[in-house]
Amino acid sequence: MTYLFAAFSIVWIVIFLYVLSVSRRQRELAREVETLRQMTQKEPSPPSS
Amino acid sequence: MKKHSPFNAVILDVILPWLTAAGMLAALAMVFLYVPNERVQGAAQRIFYIHLPSAWMAFLGFFIVAGASAAFLWQGKRSADLLAQAAAEVGMVFCTLVLLTGPIWARPIWGVWWTWDPRLTMTLVLWLIYAAYVLLRVFAGDTETVARYAAVLGIIGVIDIPILYIAIRLWRGIHPKVEQMAPEMAWTLLVCTGAFVCLFTWLLWLRLQSLHLRNDIIALRQHILASS
Repeated sequence: MTYLFAAFSIVWIVIFLYVLSVSRRQRELAREVETLRQMTQKEPSPPSS
Repeated sequence: MKKHSPFNAVILDVILPWLTAAGMLAALAMVFLYVPNERVQGAAQRIFYIHLPSAWMAFLGFFIVAGASAAFLWQGKRSADLLAQAAAEVGMVFCTLVLLTGPIWARPIWGVWWTWDPRLTMTLVLWLIYAAYVLLRVFAGDTETVARYAAVLGIIGVIDIPILYIAIRLWRGIHPKVEQMAPEMAWTLLVCTGAFVCLFTWLLWLRLQSLHLRNDIIALRQHILASS
């Protein structure tokens, strides 16, 4: 039973850490996209002649 | 970022994580409470119910890498390249699980953590090939040339999978083969595989979303640079 618990624990830990790392990266990227979008919106539009 | 219909977004963002959680709980309950012990190997044999689905999901991931890479080389679509990248990473996660659960199962049955059995060795080779693919994508930059080299590696790497399957017949390894199974064992394997398919799809979706976000950042930066 010890080996069975060890195998299941490792599987859950690996999956948990991967999901955590992907969602952290995703949050950071979403924040960066938002910042860049705001920068593009703040850009002055070219004067019309 | 690539837009999805509200229907698809609900399925992938809301239903899929809950379905995965329910599937994983059902799989746990069946492995620990329902399926009987195997006569020879005892409780340790139950590791099989996570080991085999992990292997199948790793293979699925690497087949997606090969397919998407071929599509990228053929049509040059950026979305195919992103799918290949996401599938390689998720496939690597499952291949790592195979290489971690295998030795834990081998120790009480064979008396050793690792042996250079053909199937084990070929699985390690598979892991190394796609580790190289992931490292190439992470450290070599995000250029068209790197994407093309990676696509070729992703296609060549998948050849290892059929070799891995026939390895037992070719070199007479000691790795067990699945031949006959009691109905309880077959049901447990089916539920575990279903749960792993949901988990694989969800992880692939999550990773694909972050790659699309990174793609958006590159496009926005180029837009800002061009307009400044």
